[in-house]
Amino acid sequence: MATLGDYLIVSGMLFTIGFAGVMLRRNIIIILMALELMLNAANLSLVAFSRYHVAPVNGAPNYNAQVFVFFVITVAAAEVAVGLAIVVALYRLRQTTHVEDLRSLKF
Amino acid sequence: MSLVLFWIFALLMLAFGMGVIVNRNPVASALNLVVSFLGLAALFLSLDAYFIAIIQVLVYAGAIMVLFLFIIMLLDLRAEKRRKINWVALAGGIVVALAFLVQTFSVVGKFRPARETFSPLPRSTIDDVHNVGILLFSNYNLPFQIIGLVVLVATIGVVVLSKRELP
Repeated sequence: MATLGDYLIVSGMLFTIGFAGVMLRRNIIIILMALELMLNAANLSLVAFSRYHVAPVNGAPNYNAQVFVFFVITVAAAEVAVGLAIVVALYRLRQTTHVEDLRSLKF
Repeated sequence: MSLVLFWIFALLMLAFGMGVIVNRNPVASALNLVVSFLGLAALFLSLDAYFIAIIQVLVYAGAIMVLFLFIIMLLDLRAEKRRKINWVALAGGIVVALAFLVQTFSVVGKFRPARETFSPLPRSTIDDVHNVGILLFSNYNLPFQIIGLVVLVATIGVVVLSKRELP
């Protein structure tokens, strides 16, 4: 049987991959995908804790965390839709999706 | 779920997650992301979260991935050209990511419940859609309606962003 720690380690590794993607890649679409990876890593640890924390009366997992994961997935879907619309608007204006070409706000 | 299946799906998820950030072609990244999310859905199944696993496949592998592929098709993105690598940014990113990984290992190593396996569930908890739904429409009724408003605002925002005439 896998322990709670195994799930937390895998979740941390997935978060690290997403974080490295945000830090290292310069294409806005890939950065959005890496953000999705980080949100999913958080979801995995939430569901692992939900399964670990069983209620003493009926032995059911803690469903509050699963409701929270449901909200996170909904917000992530809305975030991706708005983010990609901004990318399309930006591409029509500047013909690029590369963050180093977009430096008008940089000091 | 046995330990072997857990590690198969976990390594599948991590390997394809790595594929997302190392591929230079955005289409290959998006397809790697689909497989990574399917591996994650299998891990949710192994945690007896059937509703979340199905939602994961439907929303992420179904809807969000189609959106990504549509945008990549619309923008007609090719594989990125090689550019001059900013070595300071690259080293900084790798160092911060590795520091985070080391922190995770040390915190989980010291966390005593992390060594425990999950207690078996009674047969009555198999209908988790029912339980999540009851919670969603009783305790979390207000957040549920607010999240509906968030999705509505996002939809309107996307339409406004795409319809505006650009100079």
